[in-house]
Amino acid sequence: MPTLNDIVSKPDLLVSGHRMCAGCGIAPIIKTILAASDKPVIIANNTGCLEVVTTIYPYTSWSAPWMHLTFENSAAVAAGIEAAYKAFRKRGKIDKEVNILAIGGDGGTYDIGVQALSGALERGHKFMYVVYDNEGYMNTGNQRSGATPYGASTTTVPAGKESIGKPQWRKNIVEIVAAHRIPYAAQATVHQTLDLFKKAQKGFNADGPSFLAVLQPCTTNWAYDPSLTMKYSRLAVETNFWPLYEVENGRIHINFKPRERKPIEEFLKGQTRFKHLFKPENGHVISEMQRMIDEEWARILKLEESEVRI
Amino acid sequence: MSDKKGYKEIERGTILPAGTSREYKTGGWKVLKPVFDPAKCTHCMLCVVFCPDMAIPVIESKEGIQGKGGKVYKGWVRCETNFDYCKGCGICEVECPTEAIKMEREGF
Amino acid sequence: MSIVKSLTGAQAAAEAMRQINPDVVVAYPITPQTPIVEYFAEFVANGIVNTETIPVESEHSALSAAVGASAAGARAMCATSSQGLALMWEIVAATPGLRLPIVMPLVNRALSAPINIHCDHSDVMGTLTLGWIQIFCENAQEAYEHMLLALRLAEDERVLLPVMVNQDGFITSHAVEPVKIYDDETIKKFIGERKLNRYLLDVDHPFTVGPLALTDYYFEIKKQQEDAIYAAKSVYLEIGKELSSITGKGYPYFEEYKASDAEAIIITLNSTAGTVKDVVDEMRNEGKRVGMIKPILFRPFPYAEVREALKNVSSVGVFDRSIAFGAYAPLYSEVRNALYDLPKKPKIQSYIYGLGGRDIFKSEIRFSFNELLDGKVDPNIQNYLGLRG
Repeated sequence: MPTLNDIVSKPDLLVSGHRMCAGCGIAPIIKTILAASDKPVIIANNTGCLEVVTTIYPYTSWSAPWMHLTFENSAAVAAGIEAAYKAFRKRGKIDKEVNILAIGGDGGTYDIGVQALSGALERGHKFMYVVYDNEGYMNTGNQRSGATPYGASTTTVPAGKESIGKPQWRKNIVEIVAAHRIPYAAQATVHQTLDLFKKAQKGFNADGPSFLAVLQPCTTNWAYDPSLTMKYSRLAVETNFWPLYEVENGRIHINFKPRERKPIEEFLKGQTRFKHLFKPENGHVISEMQRMIDEEWARILKLEESEVRI
Repeated sequence: MSDKKGYKEIERGTILPAGTSREYKTGGWKVLKPVFDPAKCTHCMLCVVFCPDMAIPVIESKEGIQGKGGKVYKGWVRCETNFDYCKGCGICEVECPTEAIKMEREGF
Repeated sequence: MSIVKSLTGAQAAAEAMRQINPDVVVAYPITPQTPIVEYFAEFVANGIVNTETIPVESEHSALSAAVGASAAGARAMCATSSQGLALMWEIVAATPGLRLPIVMPLVNRALSAPINIHCDHSDVMGTLTLGWIQIFCENAQEAYEHMLLALRLAEDERVLLPVMVNQDGFITSHAVEPVKIYDDETIKKFIGERKLNRYLLDVDHPFTVGPLALTDYYFEIKKQQEDAIYAAKSVYLEIGKELSSITGKGYPYFEEYKASDAEAIIITLNSTAGTVKDVVDEMRNEGKRVGMIKPILFRPFPYAEVREALKNVSSVGVFDRSIAFGAYAPLYSEVRNALYDLPKKPKIQSYIYGLGGRDIFKSEIRFSFNELLDGKVDPNIQNYLGLRG
């Protein structure tokens, strides 16, 4: 059974001096995932918060081999690195084993990067894709993405007299990915460190492509006090807004079932992006959100029980 | 601009050697500063893994450190926060289960 | 030591790839480039090469994967045309900035819209400013040899830039010609191994590739890149000389055909040069002093050498197989620039021809030569060859 010592005892592969906002959830996620690898990790990173804040020339916070190309293709770049690694092994140019990691934000994964991700998963490259999901294009100041939840106000779809914010529900990226019949996909979150660590280990050791969607509360754009990042991550799980589950070879397994789920208002309040929902005329949005969350939860419970393959 | 390297001196292309951001001290960002009381600490490591800036160093201690209730904690233990990088977000204070950390306004 | 095979231009490029035996080849189909990766895939399937191939889901991912593999330390290649090049344009722009020595055979095809699968040069002309070294090939033999030269040029420590090796879609890529293929072992020695320095698979020495460079460093990094492409000019000749010792042929910046004493010269790229040479021979037999110049190294452009070659010519006709809408046609523009510094300039005329695969005939070339010989040159008029209406 892993403990937090297994994480803190490893040398930092992501080092201090980066320009992340105070209270950013990305660094704890990356730290945990990198610590879960027992082999050297090579990273392909999309454009986004993580890439920008960690590599402002001439400063880089990466102590692992790391590459950034453009916004939408970390999965394709990782595929290239994996092929190079296989070629090198074949030709005796490398004898070490490595893990290959592709990282992207939700914008670069759900939207612009979905093609490269889908292609790489379908081809079965041995790599892990991690999406740090802050539910919008946060590096550019909170624009709406395919991961933005229903009712959230963003700068491209703001709430107003004629608008409740985003009128569509978010994509279910884990199931989209699982439909590619990959060995391992999972949903995790920043504060459940050991759960994330175990999932990252499973992902790295999967016999084929693996995928982690990790919720990353964004203090700057969800707009809450920087010290509350872990609290919002906790509330997201306790309200069933962000269920923690795994899909192993198509079978879903839910990791945490709250005895009594908290009402969604508990998660929404205190975040400026949802402030407009607490106006009396927008009460129906919260009810709709609650209905969809409960429906989704019932659906995955049933999937788990039936053992049907996704 | 004058202390920055010219085009003949910088590394070829867009390649950087590992970990150079350690030279960039982000500690000046903070308004609040975490005050750590080792007497209340159980070395649970939550603040260490949650810190977004890797600003809480740890060491492996054989002799151990005295922590909460006078107990001696051996193995991996936390040290004083590295204020060169701490941005004062306050996550450590909120998440500490034993209230061993208090955020205080940094004197100006 | 060589054998002659009957090969199309695409197959010739694939033969070069076979002899190179790269670590990684990334494949995505688009007419008329597809036979290159198809032919190569046969080599892989039959164990003639042991390349890792990735059959990706778009050209954008094709070049992205090639860049990932190259940054990791592998020799990586991919091929494309037209819309594929247009789709991967974002990565085409990024690759030289990362200083990765990728060699990409480009089979020239017209850009949409309207969609057209036939030969013209609009695809490559849109990428001239991005920083790739550009080499143009008249026929299958050149398509084969220039791939080998391109690889050595790309990987030279003084250069480290990607190279596009252009050949005409269908005209060269799908027409069978006799191609001399040199001995595998000799070529293997010529190609050598990629010298590895700061690559991702060197996990004991981690590097960061592709950081964000703000207003205080971007300019300097780009200047380094510019210095590299200018360095390529002399390295090209060096490597050409080495290849000459194997093939017995020369590798100049441009081919001059009966140009030294010509009164009228036509400048053209790729396969049309072959037709022009035929017309030059015919007209020379009639006593007319005509000649041809065919640029081979297009980026970096050899302005000084072109100026030198044209300084005593009376009239120059430049044949462009693409329009640069709203401006002088690409090849015409370069030649005009080259001539600016001459105290006594030849007359120069632009001709646009062959768009969307429209054939060009000897009669049209002859017509152009006659215009040039008569001095019927008007720089304010854009000429079109073979345009109806």
